[in-house]
Amino acid sequence: MNHPLQRALVPTLSILLAILLNAAIISATGTDPLMVAERIVRSTLGSPYGTGQVLFKATTLLFSALAVAIPFHLRLFNIGAEGQLQVGAIAAAISAASLPPSLTPWAAIPLAVLAAMTAGAGWASIAAILKIRFRVNEVISTIMLNFIAQGVSGYLLFNHFALPSTAHSAPIAENARIASFSELYGWFPSSPANPSLYAAIALSLGFWALLYRTRHGFEMRASGLQPLAAKRAGINPARHTLLAMAMGGASAGLGAANLVLGYKGYYEAGMTAGAGFSGIATALLAAAHPLWIMGSALFMGLLDYGGLAVNSLVPKEIFQVMTAVTILLVISATALNRRNS
Amino acid sequence: MDELQYGLTGATLGVVFLQILRISVPYVLTSVGAVFSERGGVVNLALEGLMLAGAFGAAAGQHVSGSVLGGMAGALLLGLLVALLFAFITVTLKADQIVAGIAVNILVMGATRFGLVLLYGSSINSPRIPGLRAASLFLDPLFLAALVSVAAGYWILYHTPYGLRLRATGEDAATADSAGINVQGMRYSGVLVSGLLGALGGAFLVFQQHTFTDNMTAGRGYIALAAMIIGRWNPLGAALASLFFAAAESLEIWTQGGWIPSQLLQIIPYVVTLLVLAGFMGHSAAPREAGVPFYKNRRSE
Repeated sequence: MNHPLQRALVPTLSILLAILLNAAIISATGTDPLMVAERIVRSTLGSPYGTGQVLFKATTLLFSALAVAIPFHLRLFNIGAEGQLQVGAIAAAISAASLPPSLTPWAAIPLAVLAAMTAGAGWASIAAILKIRFRVNEVISTIMLNFIAQGVSGYLLFNHFALPSTAHSAPIAENARIASFSELYGWFPSSPANPSLYAAIALSLGFWALLYRTRHGFEMRASGLQPLAAKRAGINPARHTLLAMAMGGASAGLGAANLVLGYKGYYEAGMTAGAGFSGIATALLAAAHPLWIMGSALFMGLLDYGGLAVNSLVPKEIFQVMTAVTILLVISATALNRRNS
Repeated sequence: MDELQYGLTGATLGVVFLQILRISVPYVLTSVGAVFSERGGVVNLALEGLMLAGAFGAAAGQHVSGSVLGGMAGALLLGLLVALLFAFITVTLKADQIVAGIAVNILVMGATRFGLVLLYGSSINSPRIPGLRAASLFLDPLFLAALVSVAAGYWILYHTPYGLRLRATGEDAATADSAGINVQGMRYSGVLVSGLLGALGGAFLVFQQHTFTDNMTAGRGYIALAAMIIGRWNPLGAALASLFFAAAESLEIWTQGGWIPSQLLQIIPYVVTLLVLAGFMGHSAAPREAGVPFYKNRRSE
């Protein structure tokens, strides 16, 4: 199982199997699965607007999937992307609303983005520090931190930043808005897809280079595969834990910036809408590989938006079931392989 | 005047006490179930899905059969099914337990939404069901089930051969195996108990609210997980922690609009969980091999 094509076999077969199962369920409800598939493709890739919507959803998903995938290579399971997105979103909205309007967008956008990244990274670092200093399992701590992030951002919103009798914060300064592709070049007319997509792709490529082309990445993989051996070889696992979690949190912050600066223009209760949890599914689907994850994000974005278009034919939740089934098939097949090897 | 005030306070306290007990029922059932799963060596992040499946089963069961027993049967059946799936993937196929748990939660959330639309043509809630109609909480069979689960759970785990075997499986599967214990069987049993109790927890929610609403467990499975951890993988501890979480939730309801922002009260249980885990409130350790798959006739990795 060392050839890359062979390694791609399991996820590909799993997706195909899940699609078949899905088609069977859809036809059992009395709908033609081919018609559903056709309508999904037509509503997404069939129009510039639909394509833009898919790309916008894929951007946030890619960021939150990277938030999970980066620590995953150290065998750290970051369930906390949702909370990191949430604190990132509120940081982006508050900072972008308080910037002086005279500032050039070239300064305003990076500042707001930096605030979101810092908030996300800081939130993720809490779990890292709890792990390093107190040996608290990161799965449990990030779950708890998700709930805490929800409470804290709710408190900040409703007690400090919400506009009177609304559930959202003040609109951000115009100069902190990330213009959409549609406004910039007329691409994907009136969809919210924006240059954050470039950042997400660059981050995936950069993460690939870091992981497979640098000493730091080698150390990361070594500590993930053989923690004891890595430690004996002089690799500092605590440093790697902290850095990987912080990088993951920063990536979630970027996803939040895409939502706030590139689309909504303010922070709203519940605006992350589970994107952090979908990020877990996206990362797992690609086995946390930094390049495959781009395909996985696109696929998930397609289902996410395409699901809306077919909702009248078949409940769109079927695609959530399909995602879960795919993940279960992938991990089961991986475990079986490991046993037979 | 004094007497009136005293009477009012007494009555209020009674109401609060009842409310805490009521809120704690699903937590107690689910966290006691989780103890069985994890003591056997299976980390159970699927609690949320197990509860949600039970809730859906209860609503659909009572709606179809028109009886409470039908609702209970529906809950137990779906809980058992989901638990079987989870056990098959984690114990038989030995897939990653944490990922499997999360995927099962996603699966159940999607499947119950799908079922809601398919059966009732609504993506929000099921038709109204009569529920249990117990004269008081103390006569509610699910409240009593929660009580029994704590006492029986404690007794089974610490005073029966089965409990010893289950705990041995979670601590050191290879040794348990060499002592002739059926490790896989033990682990299946732990997960299935967790499925049954979690499903009853979900059923309680449905019978209280008289309808199934989309994602109605709203993170309660994770709170039950936290209660199990704070309770140190012990049914009594899990029940006490569940009461603590319920009290925090009740406080949140009573201080709504009060001087402490309710959002900040809301985070107390989670902060406490982190503090407990960090060892600020005594040490709390998981069963040694919780999360480690067992390969018979092979040295573990």
